[in-house]
Amino acid sequence: MQAIRNFFKTFLLWELLRGMMVTGRYLVRKKFTIEYPEEKAPQSHRFRGLHALRRYPNGEERCIACKLCEAVCPALAITIDSAPREDGTRRTTRYEIDLFKCIYCGFCEESCPVDSIVETRVHEYFMEQRGDNIFTKPQLLAMGDKYEQQIAADRAADAPYR
Amino acid sequence: MEYVQEVLWILAKIVALILPLFGVVAYLTYAERKVLGWMHHRKGPNRIGFGGLLQPLADAGKMLMKEVMIPAQADKALFVLAPIMAFAPALAAWAVIPFGDGLVVADINVGLLYLLAMTSLGVYGFILAGWSANSKYSMLGAMRTGAQVVSYEIAMGFALVGVLMASGTMNLSDIVRAQEGPFWHWYWLPLFPIFLVYWIAAVAETNRAPFDVAEGESEIVAGYQVEYSGISFGIFFLAEYANMILIGALASVMFFGGWYSPFHGIPVIGPIFDLIPGPIWFIAKIAFFLFLYIWIRATFPRYRYDQIMRLGWKVLIPVTVVWLVVESIFVLTGFGPWF
Repeated sequence: MQAIRNFFKTFLLWELLRGMMVTGRYLVRKKFTIEYPEEKAPQSHRFRGLHALRRYPNGEERCIACKLCEAVCPALAITIDSAPREDGTRRTTRYEIDLFKCIYCGFCEESCPVDSIVETRVHEYFMEQRGDNIFTKPQLLAMGDKYEQQIAADRAADAPYR
Repeated sequence: MEYVQEVLWILAKIVALILPLFGVVAYLTYAERKVLGWMHHRKGPNRIGFGGLLQPLADAGKMLMKEVMIPAQADKALFVLAPIMAFAPALAAWAVIPFGDGLVVADINVGLLYLLAMTSLGVYGFILAGWSANSKYSMLGAMRTGAQVVSYEIAMGFALVGVLMASGTMNLSDIVRAQEGPFWHWYWLPLFPIFLVYWIAAVAETNRAPFDVAEGESEIVAGYQVEYSGISFGIFFLAEYANMILIGALASVMFFGGWYSPFHGIPVIGPIFDLIPGPIWFIAKIAFFLFLYIWIRATFPRYRYDQIMRLGWKVLIPVTVVWLVVESIFVLTGFGPWF
């Protein structure tokens, strides 16, 4: 009996039809493709994208050139030079991040005692020329000024877990 | 004068057949990518035009603008000729396909033989392409294609002999007329094993998945067409799809009752469905077979080369031979409404 059934199953291509039923079901199922430039996947507030240097509300830059981020950076992507400013405080004269070296681990942000260097949610960026991959201090500060609101909101949302 | 008129009339018929065929080939690639995408749980191309409808035109434009490269060591004349030799038979075979009662370019009595001759000629294009390019991968792909097409040609030919015995004619229009009636009068039912064999052999004939070892992108890159670029590659692409459409048309003529509606001859609903003209039924049947091609491609993994040969020689051919014997008994005893 079993042999007869198997014979008919083989010659009626039963197994193949069952396989085709599977793909047939997928044909009509709803697709959940996200069409990227128009639609975007939801992003965590912990997303680690392009870096920024923050300022205090009074406009003073936060960074005190302690170089902890430079020390902790596993990819050696951060380069800092520092000197005393006219008012006697220690400030960075050079703060550069090589975006090609950076692995976006977020250690710099964690090590920063004054919450100065942060990683924003910006992940859509590009370089047009060789050398553009070095992100300089004015650029970092500009990023911080531009996204300060979102950066602050993200830190506030994450505060209970820190 | 009369002679010129007749030639012009034939030319007009050919143009009226070929031009829409080009459009269908272009949009078959679109349909394939779309259906394949849906079956992969994707959306398929949807960027160019509404729902991606202009995608084939963009692809064609891209191919036309690309450089046609001829390898330095290649046999240049054959290298250029090969895509044409692959494509021309796929178009020439359409001459005998009846779209409706009397709607056929050449109503010849050996239509079936002509079709077999034309579909076999296509393999020359593939072999020449692989050989003339003077490349290992091309050659391997061409050998695979040649062996595969020649082996499955036999199973396919035997399957068509089954149709020939049932209908008693080689004229494709007469084969369709012999199947007149509702869908259980068509030959797919009495010749069911032969129909399956025919369809499997047809998929293998056109080098489509799961029998696409000739292309085998994960093993030999693109088989015989690896050295082709630009529009000469595009013509191979056209040839593959034109062959698919041709085989789909052939399957509808041989086994699915050509231009008859599925309810032809049933008292009440028969005449209602007959209001839809025959060519539309015919095209709908071709579309069904083309969908089946894509569905099969989306579902099954590629056969190993020796498995293809085993299936062709040790399964399909014996099955057809046995069924031919059974069928000849049917024909002699006048079994059922079919013979």
